[in-house]
Amino acid sequence: MPTYVDPNACNACQDEHEGPLCVYICPNDLMVLDQDTKKGFNQEPEMCSECYACVKLCPEEALHVRGYADFIPMGAEVQPHRTEDGLRWNVRFRDGRTLEFTYQSRTKPAGSVVLFDGFTEDRQTELKNQSLAGDSLWLGVDKLPSPK
Amino acid sequence: MTLPTTETIDCDILIIGGGMSGCGAAFESKYWSGDLRVVMVEKAVIERSGATGEGLSAINCYMGQRYGWNTPEDYTNYVVNDMMGLAREDLVYDVGRHVDNSVHLLEEWGLPIWKKDNGEYQRIGRWQIPIHGESIKPITAEPARKAIGPENLFERVSVTHLLTDADDPQKIAGAVGFAVRENKFYVFRAKAVIITCGGASNVFRPRSVGEGMGRVWYSVFATGAAYGLMIPIGTEMTQMEHRFVPTRFKDGYGPVGMWFQYFHAQVLNSKGEDYTVTRADELKKYEPYGSAIPTPTPLRNHQMFMDIKEGLGPMYMRTDIAMQKLAEGDPAKMDKVRDEAWEDFLDMTISQALTWASQNIAPEDTPTEVVLAEPYIMGSHSGEAGAWVSGPEDIATGDYFWGYNRMTTIRGLFAAGDGVGAAPHKFSSGSFTEGRIAAKAAVGYVSDNPSAPSVSDANVRDIQETIWAPLETFEKHKGASSAEEINPNFMTPKQGLVRLQKIMDEYGAGASTWYTTNEPTLLRGIELIEMFREDLTHLAARNRHELMRCWELVHRTWVGEAHLRHLLYRKETRWPGYYYRSDYPDLDDANWRVFVNSKFDAAKNSWDLQTKPYRNIITSI
Repeated sequence: MPTYVDPNACNACQDEHEGPLCVYICPNDLMVLDQDTKKGFNQEPEMCSECYACVKLCPEEALHVRGYADFIPMGAEVQPHRTEDGLRWNVRFRDGRTLEFTYQSRTKPAGSVVLFDGFTEDRQTELKNQSLAGDSLWLGVDKLPSPK
Repeated sequence: MTLPTTETIDCDILIIGGGMSGCGAAFESKYWSGDLRVVMVEKAVIERSGATGEGLSAINCYMGQRYGWNTPEDYTNYVVNDMMGLAREDLVYDVGRHVDNSVHLLEEWGLPIWKKDNGEYQRIGRWQIPIHGESIKPITAEPARKAIGPENLFERVSVTHLLTDADDPQKIAGAVGFAVRENKFYVFRAKAVIITCGGASNVFRPRSVGEGMGRVWYSVFATGAAYGLMIPIGTEMTQMEHRFVPTRFKDGYGPVGMWFQYFHAQVLNSKGEDYTVTRADELKKYEPYGSAIPTPTPLRNHQMFMDIKEGLGPMYMRTDIAMQKLAEGDPAKMDKVRDEAWEDFLDMTISQALTWASQNIAPEDTPTEVVLAEPYIMGSHSGEAGAWVSGPEDIATGDYFWGYNRMTTIRGLFAAGDGVGAAPHKFSSGSFTEGRIAAKAAVGYVSDNPSAPSVSDANVRDIQETIWAPLETFEKHKGASSAEEINPNFMTPKQGLVRLQKIMDEYGAGASTWYTTNEPTLLRGIELIEMFREDLTHLAARNRHELMRCWELVHRTWVGEAHLRHLLYRKETRWPGYYYRSDYPDLDDANWRVFVNSKFDAAKNSWDLQTKPYRNIITSI
């Protein structure tokens, strides 16, 4: 219903500091925890863009997508699995054919960004000029262009 | 009315919206601002919020100045042509000259960019570079979160209204919103505010109206807040008649750029004809833009649309021909091409991969339908709706400059991304960059204008009662009907959304009317949307989730009404393939190569529309 939760696999993220991670991450406030069953579910499937943010994050792989009833013939599945630096995708066609793809998502571990490292732009004298922070390191040309 | 508690936040700069432009604004403002307090508010969680939350398979705005690929002048020429002659050259140039800095930083933060053997970036088009971009948003969010500090990031807070200064309604003072998951109001008092929230999907009735209403091309979370916040306080807007109608893979709305530019695939009609060949003469009606290279996006739409209207569909992207040609019969080459083809969707539009799998489409064997989608009103991608803003001091001339780059006509109110009008083709990297540009200017503004804003508590209380009213309406009237959703006293946000979409689709040149309208049709649409705006005071919400939907609908309605009024005002057809005025079917450069601006006057409940002159600052087009 686009995303759905396998109730046998969902443990309501009992050990997660942020609570149920599908509820935490959903960009459209769709995933909620049923207080009686303690299972997550999608409360408004027609506002789900099948962005897979919850599917990618679920530690139990309890989240899946059943494609939109409007136009997706039944029986196929596209399911991600997290790898160290990206995702492995398992694709199952309606006719049973399968494909597997693995793609990198990042070259550096999350949390490793060092802010403003080596930036030289002067916060007082350059505040009112046209430079942006880090131009001297990252613009790639010596001088910020201005119209000829 | 019993209202929940209020938390009041005093800050120097408030950033509303944590998408690409908001993250850029957070990062840049903290570099320049030192001790100033910078606060960002976001209705979701910034790691996956906004239009790039699902990921991206390409960065579509990169100059490659260090490689000598393009100059900002080249980019400005391209954008002005693609917009059929209407873009603010100062704003476009400004993004172009800065954007490489942002792209290089994204790579430094961990974004994988495809490389050639010599270490240069791969290219798939003149401005486009392919990326392994599934995580572009978490990669962008990390420096933003670190820059302002997690204590200054307010997530799951939906901002509904801007506050103007109690002593001066032409000056910004902050914003009001509510916590989506707690019983709590937030009042942000700020010296400067940067609007970095989204453009508008789902204003027009989408082609999929069941569950698939969420699978619109532009993010379903993009509710037009950028416009819905700015219009009611009288901010001058520009080009709100403009819209983008994307040609995309049918239903899943997967991207086509890689297919055209990298795989060199063709779209052919059911007779095997290529509309860019059979309809080549049509371009001559739209000179000088018709002979621009590449052909402007609306004109390519227009050519395909002529085939569709003549009943020559379905239109198929011949993925099969393109992939077989690239593989040259070599299974190893085919494995690589197949890997790239699926990644294009899995990195950013996973539903399209599911569409392939569910319809047993292996793209190397079977072509895929493409379609013209429903219209979207936006300012960051190929649309140019948004606020009329000041340009940069060293480029903007005459009445294009009023003190601070990207400041709107409300003092201290800045915009970036979808919020800035007449500055399209920014995409992810350009929106991030424009957020940075606006933020630096906002720091400069606050350093020149350090006094705290004056906020009227009574005004805040009035706004809070307005925000909370749908919850009260439901409780007050629910007893009038045995069915929760059928009640003569109120409408639900879902019912309202369908009504708005029907008006826009049928009167405002939506997909079901072949993107065509005329003056009498628009006047009728405006009558109906005026009644609809009155009825918004009868919205009902059963919980805070629905309350958020109510306010999203209010924002979308402001967008819809502004769009209809601008469509009526511009008496020409400048962007065939996006919309057609049947009463003014031709491009009219002599009279209409001007911007159309509007202001809403809340006291009079009226709109004032006027034109602003076009200035050739960079190009001679």
